[in-house]
Amino acid sequence: MNTMLSLEKLNPGDNAIINEIKSNGVDHGVLMEMGLISGTSVQLIKFAPLGDPLEIKVRGYHLSIRKSDAKSILVEKQ
Amino acid sequence: MASNCHASTNLDDATACDNNVVLVGNPNSGKTTVFNALTGLRQKVGNYPGVTVEKKTGSMTDNHGRVIKLHDLPGLYSLIPKSLDDKISVDILTGRSPHLKSVKLIVLVADASNLNRSLYLITQITELGAPVVLALNMMDAAESKGTRINTKEMANELGVEVLPVVAKKGQGIAELRSKIIELLAQEKDKQAHTALPVTDAVQQAAQPVGEYIQRVHGLSVQASLAEAYRIISNDNALQGWLSHTNGRKQDATELSSLATDARAQLDAQSVTWQMLETNSRYRLVDHIFQKAVQPNLKQGRSHSEKVDIVLTHRLVGPLIFVAILALIFQSIFLWAEIPTQAIESVMVWLGQQAALILPEGILQDLILDGAIAGVGAVLVFMPQIMFLFFFLSLLEDSGYMARAAFIFDRFMRAAGLSGRSVIPLLSSFACAIPGIMATRTIQSSRDRIITIMIAPFMSCSARLPVYALMIGAFIPPYYVLGIFSLPALTLLSMYMIGILAALGTAVLLKKLTGRQTKESSFVMELPPYRLPSLRWTSLQMWERAKIFVTDAGKIIFAMSIVLWALAYFPRPDNPNEVSGSTAIRQSYAGRLGQAMEPVIRPLGFDWKMGIGLITSFAAREVMVSTMATIYNVEGGNETSVTLREALKRDRDPITGQAVYTPLVALSLMVFFVLACQCMSTVAIVKRETNSWRWPVTMIVYMTVMAYIGSFIVYQGGKILGLG
Ligand SMILES: Nc1nc2c(ncn2[C@@H]2O[C@H](COP(=O)(O)OP(=O)(O)O)[C@@H](O)[C@H]2O)c(=O)[nH]1
Repeated sequence: MNTMLSLEKLNPGDNAIINEIKSNGVDHGVLMEMGLISGTSVQLIKFAPLGDPLEIKVRGYHLSIRKSDAKSILVEKQ
Repeated sequence: MASNCHASTNLDDATACDNNVVLVGNPNSGKTTVFNALTGLRQKVGNYPGVTVEKKTGSMTDNHGRVIKLHDLPGLYSLIPKSLDDKISVDILTGRSPHLKSVKLIVLVADASNLNRSLYLITQITELGAPVVLALNMMDAAESKGTRINTKEMANELGVEVLPVVAKKGQGIAELRSKIIELLAQEKDKQAHTALPVTDAVQQAAQPVGEYIQRVHGLSVQASLAEAYRIISNDNALQGWLSHTNGRKQDATELSSLATDARAQLDAQSVTWQMLETNSRYRLVDHIFQKAVQPNLKQGRSHSEKVDIVLTHRLVGPLIFVAILALIFQSIFLWAEIPTQAIESVMVWLGQQAALILPEGILQDLILDGAIAGVGAVLVFMPQIMFLFFFLSLLEDSGYMARAAFIFDRFMRAAGLSGRSVIPLLSSFACAIPGIMATRTIQSSRDRIITIMIAPFMSCSARLPVYALMIGAFIPPYYVLGIFSLPALTLLSMYMIGILAALGTAVLLKKLTGRQTKESSFVMELPPYRLPSLRWTSLQMWERAKIFVTDAGKIIFAMSIVLWALAYFPRPDNPNEVSGSTAIRQSYAGRLGQAMEPVIRPLGFDWKMGIGLITSFAAREVMVSTMATIYNVEGGNETSVTLREALKRDRDPITGQAVYTPLVALSLMVFFVLACQCMSTVAIVKRETNSWRWPVTMIVYMTVMAYIGSFIVYQGGKILGLG
């Protein structure tokens, strides 16, 4: 079994499957409504020049989220 | 009764008798393009009463010449509102809005190349039971991505009509228009088209909440149940409905206790109710997507993704940003200067013509120095606004704006803002007016207000003449450490003071407004890069200019007249014999300046500067011409040696000391950095925030800041022995 890690620990180009969105985040509802729910695959595209926020690809579109939000997204690396 | 029903053709109001059609969809779905294609130029941009949210209404006519009103609702991702803009849309869609009570048809606009996520909002809306037609826009983009969409299957699954559209090229628009007309003519079905797949346990638990919504708000059975699922699974949704109990307290208590009961019931059966709607909905979405859409799985990197590698590159990205910004500023300072000067010459010419026709006297002076100057004060901003908005809408439509926000978000967070504020604030270095108008791209209305409030602290081009005069006259051209010239350092400090004041204010405002709203996360879609259409870019540019002239222009014109009167009346008995200098001293502005002297003395200012502070409310650079008038320098401007010498020579008649010292000059510059010496800014803030509350707060706050800042500089400098 692959290890679980939070989304911002991935490297650019990595693919992963979302396992859980922890509800201790800023507002996990917003993330989930944008399609980040468990079982969905995501790809980390890149980090912004200042290291934060980060760009991910999910459900065929690109989304920018802050590191602090990414911390509450647990993924399983593919 | 039908006879009492008067459909209104006025785009400002929407009566229940009107054929009200709303356009909804995700941001970046091309909703505005569809709206423009449907309405053409028959549209009006305003604000929803009492809020800063933009309201766009347009019209089209059916085959019988009846007017159909189209309302372009703010883009949103979900029926659970996250911002004021969302709330406006959600309230209208669920029949709770005071702005638009009866919606006859919902036109859903979705990006066909981004359907998976779009289906979330689509299914939320098809559950509401109102007549819906789905416009699948950007079919061209979907095709080039290799995505195959079975629109029949999609229509089947959703239970609504689905029309493929390429709004940018006008394809499918005629069909959409006839479909809208056709559906409006039909008796409306109150049937929900889809239903959220939930277990019986969930449905049972939600029943009482649904019945409440149905009874109190008059929604259909299915729509009420759909709302009930949202209310149970999300506190924001619950809050949304609680704020709509029309002050009936027992209603609010009843709804929250019903929601609590439902949640307890689900807890007892170990069903997770948090985000239950979202989880179930994405199951539905995935099901529909699988049936109707065939994505191209073998697709490599898209064009957009390749472009993005460069534009948001760690090193190259920020450099390109700076280059783009430099180009925009260049256009404002160099190219916009040409039409600006042309406008000024025309105004001068008009003045000369008027002087020939009108007899000398008050009327001539009013027309020349009041009215024509007032119109000029409005028009001189036009080139700047049009140039800036031309570029800003290019950036927005191409998708670059979101990248700029992405690159600088970390940086702006220091001030509690998001990357969305970067462009409006940087634009304000040219002029706060287009900067403030550009804040519309900021989704969070709290961030928008904060950005509006701090934008005028950015040193705009109108402050430069004041800085140039003061620095040129009083800051000696020494070199610090052999390389930095003291005048340049002084100028730089003025810009830095403005930036620091802006950041400090942002943090303060965030704290003050932070209590009601909880910290929202910054989740932003990065839309694919698209070639913007020149036609709509020009339209937007024109639209902004029109808004400025019609809405802010009136206020600016009125204030110009008032300021003119202050500096003009009362007239000396023999106006032709006294000099301009004497006349302005005797005027109300002059008297006010003199009366102000005790107040501004601690800043190192005398009454002459007081007069300048009053007249320069028209525009900061007026300070220089006022000084020229007071010191009787013909045609004095900021580079005029005579004006500089006159300032240097001025002595206090009692003490014989110089009125201006380098310290006074510094104090005056700091005052100009911080004070809101610009009626046009005030007018545009009134326009954009839709109330007098913010512009008045801005004047008071900035003036207090300016006073404190100058006080510290002058008194501190004296203590340090710099006086
Ligand atoms: N390829 C393509 N681009 C489109 C289409 N419709 C709109 N666009 C572009 O998509 C971008 C966003 O459109 P806009 O109407 O501003 O989206 P809104 O945010 O939903 O109002 C603009 O650059 C449009 O030119 C279309 O049918 N095909």
